[in-house]
Amino acid sequence: MLAQEIADILQKQFSSEVLRTVQFRDQVTVLVKKKRIVEILSFLHDSPDLFFDYLIDLSGVDYLDRKEHRFEVAYNLLSVKHNHHIRINAVVPEDDCNIDSVTGIWAGADWHERECYDLFGIKFTGHHDLRRVLMPEDWEGHPLRKDYPLKSDLGEKEWKGYTDVVAAAERNRIYEVH
Amino acid sequence: MTLKKKELSINMGPQHPATHGVLRLVLELDGETVVRCTPHVGYLHRGTEKLFENRTYPMGLPLTDRLDYISSMYNNIGFCVAVEKLLSIEVPPRAKYIRTIMGELTRIANHIVWIATHALDIGAMTVFLYSMRDREWIMDLYEMTCGARLTVTYPRIGGVRCDINQEFIDSCYKFIEDFPKRILEYETLIDQNPIWLQRTKGIGVISAKDAVNWGLTGPTLRGSGVPYDVRKFAPYDAYDQVEFDVPVGKNCDVYDRYRCRMIEFRESVKIIRQCLDKLPEGLVLSPEAPPYDLLPGKPRVMPGHPMGAILPGEEEAEEKTQELFDEIYVAVEVPKGELGFYIVGDGSGKPYRMKVRSPSFVHASVLPKLCEGSLVADVIANIGTVDIVLGECDR
Amino acid sequence: MIIDGTTSLVEVEEGIRVIPGANTIVASVDKLVNWGRKSSIWPMTFGLACCAIEMMSTGASHYDLDRFGVVFRGSPRQSDAIIIAGTLTKKMASVVRMVYDQMPEPRYVIAMGSCACSGGIYNTYSTVQGVDSVLPVDVFIPGCPPRPEALLDGLIKLQELISKEHFKWSRWR
Repeated sequence: MLAQEIADILQKQFSSEVLRTVQFRDQVTVLVKKKRIVEILSFLHDSPDLFFDYLIDLSGVDYLDRKEHRFEVAYNLLSVKHNHHIRINAVVPEDDCNIDSVTGIWAGADWHERECYDLFGIKFTGHHDLRRVLMPEDWEGHPLRKDYPLKSDLGEKEWKGYTDVVAAAERNRIYEVH
Repeated sequence: MTLKKKELSINMGPQHPATHGVLRLVLELDGETVVRCTPHVGYLHRGTEKLFENRTYPMGLPLTDRLDYISSMYNNIGFCVAVEKLLSIEVPPRAKYIRTIMGELTRIANHIVWIATHALDIGAMTVFLYSMRDREWIMDLYEMTCGARLTVTYPRIGGVRCDINQEFIDSCYKFIEDFPKRILEYETLIDQNPIWLQRTKGIGVISAKDAVNWGLTGPTLRGSGVPYDVRKFAPYDAYDQVEFDVPVGKNCDVYDRYRCRMIEFRESVKIIRQCLDKLPEGLVLSPEAPPYDLLPGKPRVMPGHPMGAILPGEEEAEEKTQELFDEIYVAVEVPKGELGFYIVGDGSGKPYRMKVRSPSFVHASVLPKLCEGSLVADVIANIGTVDIVLGECDR
Repeated sequence: MIIDGTTSLVEVEEGIRVIPGANTIVASVDKLVNWGRKSSIWPMTFGLACCAIEMMSTGASHYDLDRFGVVFRGSPRQSDAIIIAGTLTKKMASVVRMVYDQMPEPRYVIAMGSCACSGGIYNTYSTVQGVDSVLPVDVFIPGCPPRPEALLDGLIKLQELISKEHFKWSRWR
């Protein structure tokens, strides 16, 4: 089935939730509101002629300049049986930064959602163990937001675990033999 | 007097000879059986995705080398295929065939490191020494074309960096003549060995439905009987013009994944032979390729303008209320699974967001399911069979 | 000039003299200890990233490391040197320091690769710009990744460093 046809089926079924459908280079992105995301994705997973049994990727995107919905969570779906692909983007505003978790539908969304929380700060309600996966557990800040600095020298906001190690190395320097 | 029992919690720390990098597993044991297994990753998180957002596309290419550093040529190919689709650049046919040859050589090199470390962890040390000897041959082939052994940056957006010469082609023919005998050597050492069979048959079983639900790809998925291979489902480069089979397992255990990868060696040799026979003449880099010193352009104000160029007559459209971003997701079949690039472009020379969908990240998350209920020694076999490399997992 | 083989000393190398007839070598304890230490450097496996693969290739049969007396040990308590191969992140820094502190003296540190020397191409929020912020480094090997020959060159420089040491074997150093 072509991607545009799937987008049309989705538009017909959930017309109140779909905000926009964009086609680019034979791939289709469907932009939806976040409230009924589990229902939309369950429909895509369970319906027999769509049968999206494979969640390839779940990633966040930060659009700093947009005021109403700053973040988007992009779900890339694939059907191994029918070999078709679609992308669903759910908009998440900054002041209500949470969305329902889809680990009930695809178990593989587990670590993707943890990474999204770690790097963007989007909370996934219903996730059984939402904690940081790539950064240390007590890191402050969400690195992949556009207003987070890139370079290594974080100055005042340096992670305490690292400053402790450097201070200990300085103290132990006098005991070094050479 | 009754003895009290408690679970023992041990740490298979970031520094360990058998964890293939800086992976930390916290195991809770009841005797020798693993009750719970919690992987901790992030010890090699280098901020690659944030670096991509600050570099133009050609500048971001060396960063992809260091993701899965064992098969670095294939990461470059994946990045190039994704950016070429985003910017709609057409690759000349000779470059496609060269990229396919290099890709399959990379697949052989990666599976050599896999069998070397997997067998070394389980205890067969000779396989490590034999197979690394053959990997040196492949690295000599890389060095002949582009000068680097490990982190080559040979495929470029729009083709490859420079042409291959006759010395490479002759050496490559000699390699594919001799290599099948070497595969037989490795198999003689372990294939029917009773210790190997006992340590790999029936271990790390995951059913086909669970494997798809968890998002596994590559030989890890195909060992469970699901014939999903990106080279067949969504062909790129010259894969639609060569014939090859995709091996699929039946028993969903470590031994079947091992057999899948051993057969993939032979299929790669077949693909390289067909590509070398059919190699067309022509350019190796497309004339539309972005220059290496590309400067980032302005963000695009209307769709359809590559590289931030503003056509005459549209200067007044500079102020716009809503910018449109182009999104694309392209995947390639790296030796470890499916490497995907989800790129959000804003028409300028830099990507707005580049997400790397790495197979090792997903495979590391499935380790608890494979290890719980098995013995400690099986944890080592499971880490080897899912074939993770932490550079790709942590990015 | 006639050399009496049984009683006179013949200088074979700087500082090492031999009495051929009596099968005796006369040298300082420094030289003996340094020769023993430099000919059997036992590093600990601390491969972090891409440079670890080049370290593995150097240890394999083509660029053999065993002929230099180098045997990779898994435990810090049994090793002389630590080769930091790859990018050091802030999350990993405390682990490296803990492993280094467990090594008995004399111990040496080799920083292999651009990321270990100075951060390399990764100047980001989570990387340490050079291992020498947390450890005292003896030999820096640049390259991304350094060729196996470069790693061997670095090891030979470490051997030269060790051969110049003076009085490090005594408790009153």
